[in-house]
Amino acid sequence: MKKLISLLVSAALAVTSVFALAGCSGTKGSGNEASNFKVGAIYINSQNDTAGYTYAHHHGITEAMKQVGLDPSKDLYIVDNVPEDDEKVKQAIDQLAGNGCNIIFGISFGYLNAMDEKAKEYPDIIFSHATGYLSNDKNFNNYFGRIYQARYLAGIAAGYKSLALGNNNIGYVSAWGTEYAETCSGINAFAMGCMAVNPDAKVNVYEIYTWGDQEKERQAAELLIDTYGCCVIAQHCDSAQPQIVANEKNVFGCGYNSDMTKEAPNAHLAAPVWNWDAYYATAMKAAMANPSTFMTEVGNYYEGLNAGLVDVSALSSNCEPETKEAIDLAKKMMINGEWDVFSGVKLSFSGAAGSVAVAKTDAPLVTNEGAEIVAAGGASVDDSVIQGTMNYYVEGVTQVNK
Amino acid sequence: MLDVFTLFLFNIIVYNIPLLYGTTGEIMIEKSGSLNLGVEGTMAIGAVVGYLAGAKTDSLLVAVLVSFIASGLVGMLFSFLTVTLQANQNVTGLTITTFGVAFYYFIGNALSNSAGGWPSLNGTRLDAQSQSLEIPLLSKIPFFGKAIFSHGILVYLGIVIAVLMWFYFKKTVPGLKLRAIGENPAAADSLGVNVALYKYTHIIIGSGIMGIGGLYMGLNMGGTFEGSNCWINGYGWISIALVIFANWSPAKALLGTLVFGFFNTLRVQNAALAYAFPNALGWLLKIPSHFFSALPFIITLIVLIISSLSSKSRSGEPQAIGRNYYREDR
Repeated sequence: MKKLISLLVSAALAVTSVFALAGCSGTKGSGNEASNFKVGAIYINSQNDTAGYTYAHHHGITEAMKQVGLDPSKDLYIVDNVPEDDEKVKQAIDQLAGNGCNIIFGISFGYLNAMDEKAKEYPDIIFSHATGYLSNDKNFNNYFGRIYQARYLAGIAAGYKSLALGNNNIGYVSAWGTEYAETCSGINAFAMGCMAVNPDAKVNVYEIYTWGDQEKERQAAELLIDTYGCCVIAQHCDSAQPQIVANEKNVFGCGYNSDMTKEAPNAHLAAPVWNWDAYYATAMKAAMANPSTFMTEVGNYYEGLNAGLVDVSALSSNCEPETKEAIDLAKKMMINGEWDVFSGVKLSFSGAAGSVAVAKTDAPLVTNEGAEIVAAGGASVDDSVIQGTMNYYVEGVTQVNK
Repeated sequence: MLDVFTLFLFNIIVYNIPLLYGTTGEIMIEKSGSLNLGVEGTMAIGAVVGYLAGAKTDSLLVAVLVSFIASGLVGMLFSFLTVTLQANQNVTGLTITTFGVAFYYFIGNALSNSAGGWPSLNGTRLDAQSQSLEIPLLSKIPFFGKAIFSHGILVYLGIVIAVLMWFYFKKTVPGLKLRAIGENPAAADSLGVNVALYKYTHIIIGSGIMGIGGLYMGLNMGGTFEGSNCWINGYGWISIALVIFANWSPAKALLGTLVFGFFNTLRVQNAALAYAFPNALGWLLKIPSHFFSALPFIITLIVLIISSLSSKSRSGEPQAIGRNYYREDR
């Protein structure tokens, strides 16, 4: 009898924990009279997240659906908490195909091989993969954005702060360093933004070697402030811990992914943010109009400030008064295409609030080891470099741990 | 601004004290002859429930009591399953870890999606209470003062618990009876010790202690809810290894925490040490970071190997650990 009860209680416990997990992974929407067009999405975390990477994409997809006249509660099918494992991704794709989805978005890098393979198996479904590099010419594209442009703008805010404080040391807590072009180009663009305002600014990078670990993110920020004397802490990692530490230690910071002024009211300046709905709306419109021309209409998508895909969050009251004007000037130049970050032309900002001016000077793009990447006055590096092969820091950047 | 040396010592304590809670809590449970692998889950439940109760009442005392009770209830569940119903201890412990961590995410996600959102402690009284307090005079000692005598109250509570537990095991009659149960429950039973009662009590108290460690992680190391990253972050598992490291002694648990903490801090701070003392420690930069990341675990492995090689008679391991006690088998 005892054994039976113990079995029952254990079973009950196990079932409850399964439900606890399932609570965050249920598939939304099983509407009976859905429209003809159905959207599928594969998430690395949960659709119920309230911040972070999956949240940003889920928010983008639901917003975009409203814009193009679809109802996310009926026309959206989600499989969430899908790890980067080919078998699991393929199962998720089969499930979404079975639901009759016309377009499937996969948001995590490691989904790429499974999506590539399944795109051949389901030629009538459009596959769209974030952050990857594979595609075909019929029904499989990749999409990402020029987040480095937004980081440059955040760098301007940090640069003004460091000028005002008379402290040239700026810290940067980064998940990875030169291993990934995504983190590397972000660090470089941020540093160049700082130096456009404060030419003596030095960016100290602490690499935590993981996308997310709250304790490490905290400690890295503490070190940058206490040991290296940094007055602004920027970040490329999952949680808001670096901003919280900056707030505790009375310095300033630039978050990432969302406006972190909520977490660090006295510290946060501005954060580079994604507005994924800009892409999702474009993709859905094209797929709804004519799926067969999707690859010629949309193709592999790589846009930035011009498409509204990236931006900086609203500047907080912690920012110096000149910041907004300078950011607007730089933003305008990037939007109309007259200038871009990784070119042989440097911007420099001068003047007090109300009369901030920007000047262009021809100067080579040089790594922190002295190698010249772009000659003075030269055009911007290729997008393929920014997306894939950039593995050096620019002058003014030092990685404090290796 | 703290100097490198002070920050290093400070962080050894501040980022590793939850291990002391986890380890002493587990030692108390194992001394009663039960192996509880549910430390991670028990800490997660104590953390999230205590944090929310604290945020609601804005009181550190309430937060500590609630996390103790919440985790104590988890301990009671474990006792009920393994002592009363004689379920397998390993499986029950693992179930509790799965359950506890999932509970953390469940509550966290539900709350983050609700209208009020996840409660932030920014600027609350609870936040102030859990932050560092400088002990007068002692914190002014050069070099060590700031690093050792300017912590939050929960750091000192953890050390007090370890010392009291050591005293309890060594010097009191109930402590002696408890150790007897862990070594040979049948013998203790024949002497009139209520085995089930002792097991229940100590599993509940041990679990409660773990819960306070979880709360500490929520208050001092985490605070925001991330859908992808649990506050406990593996500390519960390391605690189980530290029990063996400490040879089932609460006093040595303190030592083990500091040793593990030293290497755990070194993996973050090696570059800063090299930066601050380029002549003496500049060589640290030549070693890849990944080695330092692995170091705490390599050290743990080495200690586990050494302790398993040492003679059985000197081991503090309770002889009846992991085996359920059937009175009828006597």
